[in-house]
Amino acid sequence: MNAGRRSQARAGWIMTGPALVAILIFFVLPAAASLALSFTDFDIYALADIGNLRFIGFRNYERLLENPLFWKATTNSLLFVAIGTPFVVVLSLFAAMLVNSRWLAWRPLWRVALFAPYVTTLVATAVVWRYLLHTRYGLVNYLLSLVGAGPVDWLGSPTASLPAILLFVGWKSFGYNMIIFLAALQTVPRELEEAARIDGAGWFARLRHVTLPAIAPTVLLVSVLTVAAMFQLFTEPYVMTQGGPAQSTVTILYFMYEEGFKWWNLGSGAAVAFLLFLCVLAVTLVQLRLARRGGAI
Amino acid sequence: MDLTRRRMTAALAALPLLPALGGCGARGEAGLTIWAMGNEGASLPAVLAAMPRPAGAPPVAVQPMPWTAAHAKLLTGFAGGSLPAIGQVGNSWLAEMAAIGAIAPVPASVHGLLADQFDAVVDTNRIAGRFWGVPWYVDTRLQYYRRDLFARAGHAAPPRAWNEWKRALRRVKTVVGEGNYALLLPLNEFEQLLTFALSAGARLLRDADGRGAFSDPEFKAALAFYKSLFDEGLAPPLATTEIANIWNEFARGFFALFISGPWTVGELRTRLAPDMQDRWATAPNPGPRGAGSAAPGGSSLVVFAGHDADGRAWDVVAGLLAPAAQLQFHRLTGDLPARRSVWDTAGLAADPLVAPFATQLDRATALPKLPEWERIMTEMQIIAERMVRGEYSVDQAAREMDARADRLLEKRRWMLDRGRAL
Repeated sequence: MNAGRRSQARAGWIMTGPALVAILIFFVLPAAASLALSFTDFDIYALADIGNLRFIGFRNYERLLENPLFWKATTNSLLFVAIGTPFVVVLSLFAAMLVNSRWLAWRPLWRVALFAPYVTTLVATAVVWRYLLHTRYGLVNYLLSLVGAGPVDWLGSPTASLPAILLFVGWKSFGYNMIIFLAALQTVPRELEEAARIDGAGWFARLRHVTLPAIAPTVLLVSVLTVAAMFQLFTEPYVMTQGGPAQSTVTILYFMYEEGFKWWNLGSGAAVAFLLFLCVLAVTLVQLRLARRGGAI
Repeated sequence: MDLTRRRMTAALAALPLLPALGGCGARGEAGLTIWAMGNEGASLPAVLAAMPRPAGAPPVAVQPMPWTAAHAKLLTGFAGGSLPAIGQVGNSWLAEMAAIGAIAPVPASVHGLLADQFDAVVDTNRIAGRFWGVPWYVDTRLQYYRRDLFARAGHAAPPRAWNEWKRALRRVKTVVGEGNYALLLPLNEFEQLLTFALSAGARLLRDADGRGAFSDPEFKAALAFYKSLFDEGLAPPLATTEIANIWNEFARGFFALFISGPWTVGELRTRLAPDMQDRWATAPNPGPRGAGSAAPGGSSLVVFAGHDADGRAWDVVAGLLAPAAQLQFHRLTGDLPARRSVWDTAGLAADPLVAPFATQLDRATALPKLPEWERIMTEMQIIAERMVRGEYSVDQAAREMDARADRLLEKRRWMLDRGRAL
């Protein structure tokens, strides 16, 4: 018995070994290295000669905390998280309910069509969306003009740029969450819903009291994933607005990119990365705590 | 060896690595590669094709890249050891590239290429007593103004001395009326304030470029002058992002004067209606007591470190600086040639819209040459914007600029103390 268990453990190690080695080399070591980097002033001079590197303790962090642009980026990222997460979760939940409903014809086709944005190249779709959001020739403003709303300078105005990016991000990423929700929705017993219907529950009451409690763990999973994704927004503002106008779409990750690769302050960039890690960790822990209290897990 | 399914899978999985193997081959064996940006990168192949070259000279390939990615690409290219033989480098980036040892100094044998050029531009490329690049094309910023609006205000052209210049702007403001302005100074661009500061003779940095000199009286005079233009309502407190189309607004009369570079000549010629074409002109910048200064700009050709052993790369640079190549390059791109003799052959000296650029380049001042420069300017403008919006007085703004510059220059002072900075 004992030998059997040992050989089982060895088989387990052998099988997980390659993955663990890969995680160690490509994730744990770089993460530790960047934590170490955040305590140095690695900059353009150190790039030329490593002898110009100094260990400066927490000074990178101190400077970040008194940098207004860092706070602006943090505020922007928190806005993206606060507005974007509910938006994406609700959008993907409704899409999943749509492709899960029995009255819908051509369901596989709908699933493919709604999943397609997720698998297309981000940069290519961003370029297309820049046309859609164009102030004068864009489809979005054309549709708005049909209902009498004035043209919006989506990517040129500091107030409209964040909703514009969110529209794009929502469209781009809801497909993946939709698949997760779809899998969960298919495990909800039809009998429960039918029973509720017979009891006279309306559409919203059934959603609120039958469907949502049944898929609560999935809602938690999707919102944790979305919060992490929203904190890590980078490509979308990089391709569409370059952080502008008036730095309204500078996210934490975009700020880190500029610190690291525009100004070449890799030490400071690594400090931003570590602060971002702490942020995501904190929010996820709070979400888990709330979910545990709510009985989702 | 049996072709088991596992081996097939492994072979398939390794397929994406094939191109990497190809990279191990005869890379750059005989040819030279040039990195060039934007418009220049697009036109360079045609210039190279027309360039007379001796038999047996190595082939030259151009790798174009967008301006927005160029700076990061140069630095990552250096960090990764993948820089090509020759590159186009914006003059303001030379200090950085020289400081990290990415570029080779210009050897004495090709110093002849620096003759027949604008002094201020050549001076921009001299760091620590050596030249680090050969200016390829030049630019600087000066005023674009509406001739008709200035004529209605009683001026053929904007006056040269600051107090008269401002008096003329006040008259223009009364002519254009409520809702319109005399000039545009975008609050998100540092070049306008920098132009005023250079015109006032400010040195900007002190102590071997180790500390800010923004509290010098010259700089404070420029800062106060800049602030007064907003305080008197002559310039709107706007950023370029708040102006949908700068050329249309200029034509509409929203502002009668703005400061920009030579590329705007082409933009205004193509974008404004034909009946607007004789209503605008260019003029050199004003200064506190007559003609002002400007920052020399443009790009240089450099040879990257490690590629200068034989003279082949410098031969290509010399070919691109030859008058015929400079002329063709100007015709393709519209860039202003670095060599003065080409200005005459291209008819630029006689073009009333372009000739002021030569005048201004003769009165340009080379900027401090250090890697932190652009960041210091960015911080300067952030403070200037807050000053215009009323958060700081001129003295407070100057002090804050010094504080931020000193903080950015802390590493440079440490390097200077150890004699390691260029």
